[in-house]
Amino acid sequence: MESVGAFVIGGYAGPLAIVAIVLASALVARVAGRLVRVSLLLTLPIAISVVLVSVFTRAGTTVLFTIGPFDATLEGVQFAAQTVVRLFAISGAISLFGMTTDPRAFVYDLERRGLSPRFAFVAAATVEAVPAMVARAGVIAAAQRSRGLDTEGGVVARARGFLPLIVPVVLSSLTEVEERSLALEVRAFGRPGRRDLLWAPGDRTAERVLRWALFVGLVAVAAGRVAGLVPRTP
Amino acid sequence: MLELRDATYRYAGYANPAIHDVSLRLDDGEIVGLVGANEAGKSTICLVACGLAPASVGGGLEGSLTIDGEPMKGRPVHELAERVGIAFQDPATQRSGIAATVFEEVALGPMNLGLPARETIARVREALARLRIEDLAGRDPARLSGGQGQLVAIASLLAMRPRHIVLDEPTAQLDPEGTRLVATALRDLAAGGTALLIVEHKADLLDGLCGRVAVVAEGRIVADGPTATILADERLAGWGVEPPSRVRLARALAARGLDPAVVGAAS
Repeated sequence: MESVGAFVIGGYAGPLAIVAIVLASALVARVAGRLVRVSLLLTLPIAISVVLVSVFTRAGTTVLFTIGPFDATLEGVQFAAQTVVRLFAISGAISLFGMTTDPRAFVYDLERRGLSPRFAFVAAATVEAVPAMVARAGVIAAAQRSRGLDTEGGVVARARGFLPLIVPVVLSSLTEVEERSLALEVRAFGRPGRRDLLWAPGDRTAERVLRWALFVGLVAVAAGRVAGLVPRTP
Repeated sequence: MLELRDATYRYAGYANPAIHDVSLRLDDGEIVGLVGANEAGKSTICLVACGLAPASVGGGLEGSLTIDGEPMKGRPVHELAERVGIAFQDPATQRSGIAATVFEEVALGPMNLGLPARETIARVREALARLRIEDLAGRDPARLSGGQGQLVAIASLLAMRPRHIVLDEPTAQLDPEGTRLVATALRDLAAGGTALLIVEHKADLLDGLCGRVAVVAEGRIVADGPTATILADERLAGWGVEPPSRVRLARALAARGLDPAVVGAAS
């Protein structure tokens, strides 16, 4: 809900408030360091392109400086800065969810609410897949480096090393996904109908109150945006 | 009894079949080894034998798969799961990723069958006991050794109570201790009446485990017979299979004019 909120709210105050909430929650959960690293990693590639495209191509009246045919405008800088803050708030909220949610609790809770176990599993597997893929990419990068591939250094060297790195990562991920899904099939995962679950996730009053507070907050922000009370992105 | 008869299977999008006219029979309590070079078609035979191909993988199958005399064509995979299970080589890809303990991991299959919780718990306890891994019940499945992980994968199949289990290179990623653990467990399972089809490159392992071995080359079964006969066949290396050390040692002794019978006597 926080990530959706960051998407809805323009300006700086709203997204920064969400970043503050996410970081405070991460500190309590003792995942703050990892959360910042992962969120930056997720945000950076998009942020770089957003900054380049916005600063130099967004129309504006205040020109800060000029590079060749491109004018860097104040409006472009403002738009880029607000977008980057929002992106960080969104990736932070998603990362916090991934790092603090027990996949089993997530699957069982979705199923308890009437969703198909298949959908619930896909959702949990997606959350789980990111660290596994990062770990695999590290192994493949080390293997490629040991065979002389240059994966560090300048932009050109990194670009040249990207393809031999990403192809095995994607192919091995696909193979793993296929084997994982077959292993689940032979455990009757595709069988329709309800399951008698062995365990139900706890749902304390405080958690329910917090969930409802977040939901109400999201609805209020969305209503405020429609009514013109919440700032829009320039 | 599980039987493949004249099975020819073609993966979706491929013109040529991956396996041709494969006939293979697996009797109750029997351990059959399947050997062959890489890409020979062994894994495809495994997928067809457990019904995942074509039901889940797609493609086209000619010939038949029968279990206890009943044709399995057209049956959904979740129905087949109670009759035949399959374990793959990597324990990590067989974990559901949503279980906090080994007990819950093994319980996933019975739960999927829609069994009452009491029945699920009984089956999990029985499966762990059959493999003598009750002490792992409370452990995190992601933090097990390779051998332990493979035993949990097999226990997860056992909890479905199939009478037949297909194992596609179950020890490929295991160290000698893990391999020993799995081999002991498989021997015990067969003694309890479960039929096992094992794809394996380690001929030494099959030598001490299987009653029968079949050789696959270019998608066909080219030899099928008693383990001692097949693993001593002179054509084995030509099919891309290294004979077990017992056979290699006997041949080396014979080549030096020594009596190879001492190998049999020593073992």
